Amino acid sequence: MSAIDFAAAAPARIAMPAPAVRARPYASPYLAGVGIGLVLLAAYVTVGHGLGASGGFTSVAVAGVAAVAPEQAAASPVLGGYLGGGGRGPLADWLVIELIGVALGGYLSARLAGRARRTVERGPRVTDRARLMYGFGGGVVMGLGAKLARGCTSGQALTGGALLSVGSWIFIATAFAAAFAAAPLFRREWT
Amino acid sequence: MTLPFLASDAGAAGLGVALAVGVAFGWGLERAGLGNARRLAGQFFGTDFTVLKVLFSAIVTAMLGVFWLAQMGILDPARVYVPETWLLPQAVGGALFGVGMVAGGLCPGTSCVAAAAGRRDGLAVMGGMLAGILLFAAAFPLIDQLYEATPAGTLTFPDLLRVPPGTVVAAVVAMALGAFAGVEAFERRAALRPGGAS
Repeated sequence: MSAIDFAAAAPARIAMPAPAVRARPYASPYLAGVGIGLVLLAAYVTVGHGLGASGGFTSVAVAGVAAVAPEQAAASPVLGGYLGGGGRGPLADWLVIELIGVALGGYLSARLAGRARRTVERGPRVTDRARLMYGFGGGVVMGLGAKLARGCTSGQALTGGALLSVGSWIFIATAFAAAFAAAPLFRREWT
Repeated sequence: MTLPFLASDAGAAGLGVALAVGVAFGWGLERAGLGNARRLAGQFFGTDFTVLKVLFSAIVTAMLGVFWLAQMGILDPARVYVPETWLLPQAVGGALFGVGMVAGGLCPGTSCVAAAAGRRDGLAVMGGMLAGILLFAAAFPLIDQLYEATPAGTLTFPDLLRVPPGTVVAAVVAMALGAFAGVEAFERRAALRPGGAS
């Protein structure tokens, strides 16, 4: 590769704020992907279902609503299903525990690699505040999309994708297509 | 012995699996760099292909695992829950999700990893997710027809195309390898990742 190509690619790396502890480079994405695939396989063969994330968020949201307005939570066709018998459905419980594990595993990995630090990941042209607002707004739209699609990258793309579910592959296709199509609108946020 | 191992995911054993699986999943996502929103968003600007490489490596690995364990009679695939197909809501929901993902730079799972690693933008995405779910619940009377439209039940490609599972598995492997070769060639040409890890 030429020096010019190197310079063109460099800003993405240089823009990262200097870490207090020297951060180790990330693993090979193929190796990490195979690892995640084995974790998914372990879930299939032990409990008979795959991974999830948006379902865990729903359980947390339902628990919040149930704490302040129990009748409304029970009456909602969206939220009521996550109340189940004895407070919460078993799968919902499983997903909440799994999600706590995701945060724990992410923290341990980042900490041991010197990558855990208080910062905001953003492009060089936006403020932290603007990036946090984009993040919140993106979260809202993802929350709507994940509920409508009955799952997210974990529950649909990974879990259903590996089981060759038609709906999961539709989700993968439209999510990627829409993200590429919308990317120019968010260029300022990232580049 | 026939797998799955546990009859239910409830109880201490199931929840222990939940925690172990979660920790390993979060570890894998962070190791890949997907707790970093800029890396994830780079997928959609053609500057970083980590998302594609990780997603398809994971899908192919788990798919081959299920296929071979079922072939060998160790795993009963009928006891593994396959997410149901709802054509229209999953197409529309996927599109919304994709827009939210490039705006937020993280998906629901990776937002937890980002937040746990100290990224405040991860917390912002998590807060947005909770708000979006509550908004969906509040707006449900307006969108329930879309939500319930075009149910197709449990529908897999081997069922739909009436071909043996092995044929679809081979096609997905070929597609993934083709995609990997394509992005590797693109990266080499653009020299996008000097000293890259692949």
